[in-house]
Amino acid sequence: MKALAVFIAIALALGLQTTLARFVVGGSAAVDLVLVAVVAVALTIGPVGGMLAGSAAGLIQDALSSGVIGIGGLAKTIVGFLAGAFGQQFIVTAALPRLVIFVAATVLHGAVFMGLYYVLDLRAFPSPWKPLAAQALGNALVGIVAFGIIESLPGIVERRRSRRGRR
Amino acid sequence: MALLDIRQRTGWLFGAIVVSHIILISAQVTTKRGVPVLQEVTFGAFAEMQRGATSAFGSAREGWQNYFALQEIRRENDQLKQEVTKLRVSLEQERSVAQQTRTLQQLLDLRSATSFETAAAMVIGSGADPEFRTITIDKGTQDGLRPDMAVMSPAGIVGRILMPTARAAKVQLIIDRDAAAGVLIERSRVNGVVEGLGSGEELGFKAGMISLNYVPSSADVKPGDRVVTSGIDGIYPKGVPVGEIQSVERPGGEWRIRVKPAVDFAALEAVLVVLKAPDPPSETADDGKR
Repeated sequence: MKALAVFIAIALALGLQTTLARFVVGGSAAVDLVLVAVVAVALTIGPVGGMLAGSAAGLIQDALSSGVIGIGGLAKTIVGFLAGAFGQQFIVTAALPRLVIFVAATVLHGAVFMGLYYVLDLRAFPSPWKPLAAQALGNALVGIVAFGIIESLPGIVERRRSRRGRR
Repeated sequence: MALLDIRQRTGWLFGAIVVSHIILISAQVTTKRGVPVLQEVTFGAFAEMQRGATSAFGSAREGWQNYFALQEIRRENDQLKQEVTKLRVSLEQERSVAQQTRTLQQLLDLRSATSFETAAAMVIGSGADPEFRTITIDKGTQDGLRPDMAVMSPAGIVGRILMPTARAAKVQLIIDRDAAAGVLIERSRVNGVVEGLGSGEELGFKAGMISLNYVPSSADVKPGDRVVTSGIDGIYPKGVPVGEIQSVERPGGEWRIRVKPAVDFAALEAVLVVLKAPDPPSETADDGKR
């Protein structure tokens, strides 16, 4: 069940990312929905689920992009593992810790992703910090909202069921 | 710190996935030389392994070859030692043969120079008793040898046949105590008789010397004079060297003359036996001591 939920979350994130990206000004998305999904899965399930989800999602994302297959997968694997491990060690149910985790996860992902491209001399990133900060903020906001929706979904479903029962 | 404790199963899984991604990335990325990173890294690592394996194998092979080479060298060394030993023995045999050939050549020369009939014989033994100076030669009555035949060598007179058998003969040397021969001093033509002295120790003379006796009191005798056979004894042909006068004394008016034999009896290998005695002389100086 967990695996199915993870698969759906990743698929949904990929679907949304690929469809929404073209609407963003400049063609560059300020939000990485796949990364948000990976961090959310990691915080919910743990490091193993986080890194497997990150690995799979990153590889698919790489395959769908024109970059080197594996760099995004590696970055998301590391992020998923560390986010899951961090979520197991600390209580991250409040909005602020989640915000911090999403920001940190985005920065780490960007550092690994851009760092590998830089080290391998495949692509240059003249001023990476500004878009990275924007993406971190966007991911954090989207993540908090997504977490809120996900966590409130069971209650909403329950309330609707009880209303139908009264009628 | 449990967060990065890779000893746990999760840690191993994480490591495996990371490595897998790195391999995947390396397979796609090329270096500045245009070679894929995975290929270069793999090739580089494998090349080092090959280098190490080759080096180890080479060292082992070299050691093995050296071991076998040493074994081979040792075997070869043993063979060479044996060969050297054989060659030394062969060389000694060749030298011996050469010496024998020289001796025989001298005998042949002597035989050619002499007018009488002779037979060559090899010395095959010496006397069993040092008091009796004899040798044994490899010719006997089958070869025509008879008692009292003269025996000589290229250096001079040796002795006479004492007891011939069918295939060997005992020869009494001139240095034997019971041997005697008619001689003359070559320079002064003075006749005399040489007699053996035997071992000679009890007489105070050096062993192997002979004594010249029956020399007239007025004879001219000097040390260094050559003594040859006179032929008057009916055994030894005339003119064969006997020796050289070593010392001349005259205590109480009587001659005491010592002669050093011309023949080195210790190195005697081959001799000539005079088969046909020379014509008997008109006068006899030998008084019968033989």
